[in-house]
Amino acid sequence: MTIGILGKKLKMTQIFKEDGEVIPVTLIEFKEGYVVDLKTPERDGYTALKVGFEEVSEKKLTKPQLGYLKKRNLPPLKILKEFRVDNEEINNYKIGDKITIDIFKEGELVDVTGKSIGKGFQGVVKRHGFHGGPATHGSMSHRAPGSIGSTTPQRVPKGRRMAGHMGNETVTIQNLQIVKILKDEKILMIKGSVPGPSNAYLIIKKAKKVKNG
Amino acid sequence: MTLKKVEELEEKLKPQKEIPEFWPGDEIAVHIKIKEGEKERIQVFTGTCIARRGKGIRETFTVRKISYGEGVERIFPLYSPNIVKIEVLKTRERNRLAPRAKMYYLRNKNR
Repeated sequence: MTIGILGKKLKMTQIFKEDGEVIPVTLIEFKEGYVVDLKTPERDGYTALKVGFEEVSEKKLTKPQLGYLKKRNLPPLKILKEFRVDNEEINNYKIGDKITIDIFKEGELVDVTGKSIGKGFQGVVKRHGFHGGPATHGSMSHRAPGSIGSTTPQRVPKGRRMAGHMGNETVTIQNLQIVKILKDEKILMIKGSVPGPSNAYLIIKKAKKVKNG
Repeated sequence: MTLKKVEELEEKLKPQKEIPEFWPGDEIAVHIKIKEGEKERIQVFTGTCIARRGKGIRETFTVRKISYGEGVERIFPLYSPNIVKIEVLKTRERNRLAPRAKMYYLRNKNR
């Protein structure tokens, strides 16, 4: 139950620790947001914060979207996201509040959610890491999945791994470390890689399962 | 954020270090900080730079030398904080080597 912030993946690079150790980092441009709406159990059946990110020109939004935000005296915001929070925690927020980067500090662990790069229709070797068949010695099944079941039961079991669409799905990477926060440049440095291509939107939340308690 | 701004940012993230101009073929001396337990000392690795690869903060260079008849190569990150100083002892022309971006042919010549 935690709120997060929106980010835009820029690129990967590396930085040096003082002792010369190299840390691979992803540069993420973070976007600070506004509380757009409070979802309450009485009205909506659950508790959540609706937060809007990324200010854009009015032209980029439809009239209903603009009206919705104008009613709340908010600037035109491109992306609206909901974060589930506790029943008590919701009282700390009101519509129009700013969600800033101050919810994170350097060295903290976070979970990063994004949409992975689409790979199209892929075979089992790439999609599930099957080994494939022999390449030579008269073999004619190079990248085939092999047997997909026995004679009984006379059907293919559900969940059998097969060829199909790969990537372009929501992926969360847990327990990534924030190496540095550059407030002036609005840049977050996160150790390791994150899902998706450059310029993709990411949701950064506090780590759900923090290591070592 | 535009690509150009990202490049500018990367430039800013680079450690501000004085790095002399040197190219593959130059004979250089690399002064490296070495930590042994609590103590810190400087070691000098002298040899021929045979390659530079990568760009920006990720750039590395390879130094080759012959140590007791055995060829030894070390790859250093150019912007590593452990590199105290890089000295150019001899340029490529004075080393009488062929102009190559990658001087890998030296491995077969045993120099």
